[in-house]
Amino acid sequence: MLEIKNLQVKLEEEDKQILKGVDLTVEAGKVHAIMGPNGSGKSTLSYVLSGKGGYEVTGGDATLAGEDLLDMEAEERAAAGLFLAFQYPVEIPGVGNMTFLRTAVNSQRKARGEEEMSAADFLKLVRAKAKDLKIDADMLKRPVNVGFSGGEKKRNEILQMAMLEPKMCILDETDSGLDVDAMKLVAEGVNALRDEGRGFLVITHYQRLLDHIKPDVVHIMAAGRIVKTGGPELALEVEKNGYADILAEIA
Amino acid sequence: MAAPLVKQDATQARLDALDLPTGGWSTPARQDALARVQNMGLPHARDEYWKYTKPATLVDATAPKAAVYETDEAPMFGDMDRLKIVFVDGVFDADASDDLSLEGITIDRLSDAKDIHWAKDLYGALEVKGQDPVERPLAALNTAFASDGVLIHATKTPSKPVNLIYKHQSDSSDAILHHVVKVDSGASLTVLENGPAAARFNKCLEVDIADGGAFHHVRTQGRDHERRAATHMFARLGTESTFKSFTMTVNGVLTRNECVIELTGDDAVAHIAGACMGDGDFHHDDTVFITHDAVNCESRQVFKKVLRNGATGVFQGKILVKPDAQKTDGYQISQSLLLDEDSQFLAKPELEIYADDVACSHGSTSGAIDEDALFYLQSRGIPHSIAQDLLVLSFLAEAVDEIEDEALQEEILTRAEAWLSRHRKD
Ligand SMILES: Nc1ncnc2c1ncn2[C@@H]1O[C@H](COP(=O)(O)OP(=O)(O)O)[C@@H](O)[C@H]1O
Ligand SMILES: [Mg+2]
Repeated sequence: MLEIKNLQVKLEEEDKQILKGVDLTVEAGKVHAIMGPNGSGKSTLSYVLSGKGGYEVTGGDATLAGEDLLDMEAEERAAAGLFLAFQYPVEIPGVGNMTFLRTAVNSQRKARGEEEMSAADFLKLVRAKAKDLKIDADMLKRPVNVGFSGGEKKRNEILQMAMLEPKMCILDETDSGLDVDAMKLVAEGVNALRDEGRGFLVITHYQRLLDHIKPDVVHIMAAGRIVKTGGPELALEVEKNGYADILAEIA
Repeated sequence: MAAPLVKQDATQARLDALDLPTGGWSTPARQDALARVQNMGLPHARDEYWKYTKPATLVDATAPKAAVYETDEAPMFGDMDRLKIVFVDGVFDADASDDLSLEGITIDRLSDAKDIHWAKDLYGALEVKGQDPVERPLAALNTAFASDGVLIHATKTPSKPVNLIYKHQSDSSDAILHHVVKVDSGASLTVLENGPAAARFNKCLEVDIADGGAFHHVRTQGRDHERRAATHMFARLGTESTFKSFTMTVNGVLTRNECVIELTGDDAVAHIAGACMGDGDFHHDDTVFITHDAVNCESRQVFKKVLRNGATGVFQGKILVKPDAQKTDGYQISQSLLLDEDSQFLAKPELEIYADDVACSHGSTSGAIDEDALFYLQSRGIPHSIAQDLLVLSFLAEAVDEIEDEALQEEILTRAEAWLSRHRKD
């Protein structure tokens, strides 16, 4: 589904190399987790894949279902099926959450040559999905993420994911700032979307989330590279011993 | 006394090009205004009050030509039940206008109002007051030379708004209109204005609101790119009265909208807001002067400007709180969204406060589109151009929200969206 080969990325404005050759393949139907110390480049990887400006790809490539991602505009990547749940969802005063969601859903449909969703169908769908995530009508009406608590913002990310039904979901520290109940809701939301055709890349520091969203593969990222890959047990090892052992082992 | 030397020639040339309407009850006010213009002289580039906006083309003896903009867009406020009064290049069009009778109000035309008229004491009166402490010579010129206008007296609340429609059909028209509105105690009146009016338009609107009266005003200034306008609004508010005015301006090579509001009765509320969008050869100036002269009054100024391609926005806004105007609540915000580096916003916010128990705040900002917000929207599949439009509309929202009537809000937003989609750059 998602294939990243030797991806190298530097900052556009500075001479600072952040990703130094990332190799990673997420197959359809699988959940991969990325763990790693702060500053190792996890968010950068998710931003570069989804098309954020300010970065320069200096080598390697990335494809989604065979399509070259790096050549596309951010909105084209989304329409092609890529979704990023942001580590820090952006507040947009003055744009209603509902308007935002409907514009997003219909823009993607239009880009794929599909028919736009009617207002009535959209409303029905969004209400059902919001209910699952315990997002009330008021949150849907408010401006995007404005005045939302940390947990509400993350649930709103999952709502967007559920509405957009992407092929490849990247979740960047979706568990941070969540209490136990909110984490359960988020995990249920993610699990509900798990199916054979869809890949997941879950960036997290904690085993906690992975208890709920069981990963197939776990990667450790450090200093701009994937330094170790293993099964779910690797996450347990990190939980117990931190990154020091693993980093020492590969040094 | 004569005008300052630098202004004499231009002032004289302009006055020579005009005929003072004579006869009737307005003559003394007109003659007084003429004398004042002769004393002050018309605005000059070196005037402090015209620091950011060049007055020359508003003062010139003849109006610079302005092509008429052809559009097949649905008429502004077209879906609303309203009483239409149409002026074409400043000339009243009886055929296109509705019958001027409406329960609760009387409407007369300035040019044919009877000899003994209620407006006699008001015509030019607020304009004269508004000349102090800052001179507004174009308003005095208007009082002297206005060829027509409407005189609206609201004794009760009419069933629908009055819509002044200003059509532009001649590329060299130079229109001067002066309206007077008097709202009685307990009455509420909504006035809508729309259209470019002329190649050059000088308009004055005086609004006197008695205790407990309410005046709502929504205006759009047409789509003609080359038109010029200098408008003045003078309002006096009595006790517990309300004044709310919103203006949307798109296009127009030069616009100067001055608004002078005096809160003279306790517990009065005055809101003035504006949203403008300019692309290219566009200079828009909002100049506001609000005087608090009573206790526990509220004033709000909310101005938003979207500028691109070398467009210029100007805001001069002042709140003056007199010594006895305790418990004043004054708010002023002026912001611009610069869609590129060629555009500019010049702001001069001022507070002058002589009372000690007041809450006044003002802020002015100038910024670009929020790139993080833009990326967030795009990452959900929303194309760049549409994402940008959403952010522009959200920027304008605080100003548009000042319109109380939801149908009017919707109308303004629809027009703003249409403008954006016409001016999209991918
Ligand atoms: N826009 C940026 N400007 C400056 N430094 C950046 C920027 N983006 C990322 N970095 C730097 O790149 C490194 C990786 O950051 P990030 O991808 O956020 O790491 P992680 O998500 O793994 O904590 C850090 O050293 C961070 O400071
Ligand atoms: Mg991060």
